[in-house]
Amino acid sequence: MKPISTLAGIVLAASLGGCVTPEPYDYSAFEQSRPRSILVLPPANQSPDIKASYSLLSQVTYPLAESGYYVLPVAVVDETFRQNGLVNPEEIQGVSVAKLHEIFGADAVLYLDVTEYGTTYMVISSDTRVTAEARLVDLRTGQLLWAGTATASSSEQESSSGGGLVGMLVQAAVTQIANTLTDKGHQVAGITSARLLSAARPNGILYGPRSPHYGNIE
Amino acid sequence: MTFFNKTSGLLLAAGLLAGCSAPTTLYQWDNYQPALYQYYQEDETGPEEQVAALEENIEQARARGTSVPPGLHAHLGLLYANTGREEEALNQFATEKALFPESAPFMDFLLKQGKERAQ
Repeated sequence: MKPISTLAGIVLAASLGGCVTPEPYDYSAFEQSRPRSILVLPPANQSPDIKASYSLLSQVTYPLAESGYYVLPVAVVDETFRQNGLVNPEEIQGVSVAKLHEIFGADAVLYLDVTEYGTTYMVISSDTRVTAEARLVDLRTGQLLWAGTATASSSEQESSSGGGLVGMLVQAAVTQIANTLTDKGHQVAGITSARLLSAARPNGILYGPRSPHYGNIE
Repeated sequence: MTFFNKTSGLLLAAGLLAGCSAPTTLYQWDNYQPALYQYYQEDETGPEEQVAALEENIEQARARGTSVPPGLHAHLGLLYANTGREEEALNQFATEKALFPESAPFMDFLLKQGKERAQ
């Protein structure tokens, strides 16, 4: 139960979305930066599965673009690093923001880290889980704009996906898993990506200029 | 590609069923992200198949009057460049830049590189 005196908090919480009431995130740096384009670097991978990084990288464009951002072509970006001798994600993530801005000219850069990617086998079932962390940094100032983390598991129920844009993306991905037996890690990574990088998610990224919802803190 | 059509159908259905609102997507996604994943799984499909999937995506968007997602034309350009179709690659980078002006600095970088290679 919220104290009535925190009227601003209630208004903010109400505008953050019809389904849930989260702790408000401080978006002042994000709102000031107003990024239009996002450079996504290949994710660092802490999981034992070598596929994890590119499995996630190939699915981040959808939620970011549907949230209203221009997303630089992830594989072309990766190839540009390779041609300049940078092959592993940790090395690439070490490149300075000034250099990144000079070559790619994006407004913001997204650093990703896959902390879990794989299947745990149990007696009568198995659970495939993907967890990732994200940091969005202004490429002109180096300032942190937003950070978040998300997880998804193959053993979740469809009803837990929520509404709105992220609900739609998650629902579709969950249904896909139910109908597919192969490459579960990649399918689950799609849900993780939708949860991590969709606007209108509690404490998620803000809508970008290409979205009709741009400017709404929803 | 029935699989991708099925996915689009599911997305639409999920959108209509969602509790809070019923958004539609901004872009015609079809094959772009699967093509990205396949790009990193070299044993599964060759570049020609990935090129065909993206060309089909562009045709679908044209037929329905929808937009292709950001990055698709640039990625197609990369696939063309990797298979020796340099001029078509440059055309794709130019198309990406025309559709998404936000891409201009990077596309100009790629166009300059490509033209230098051609000389």
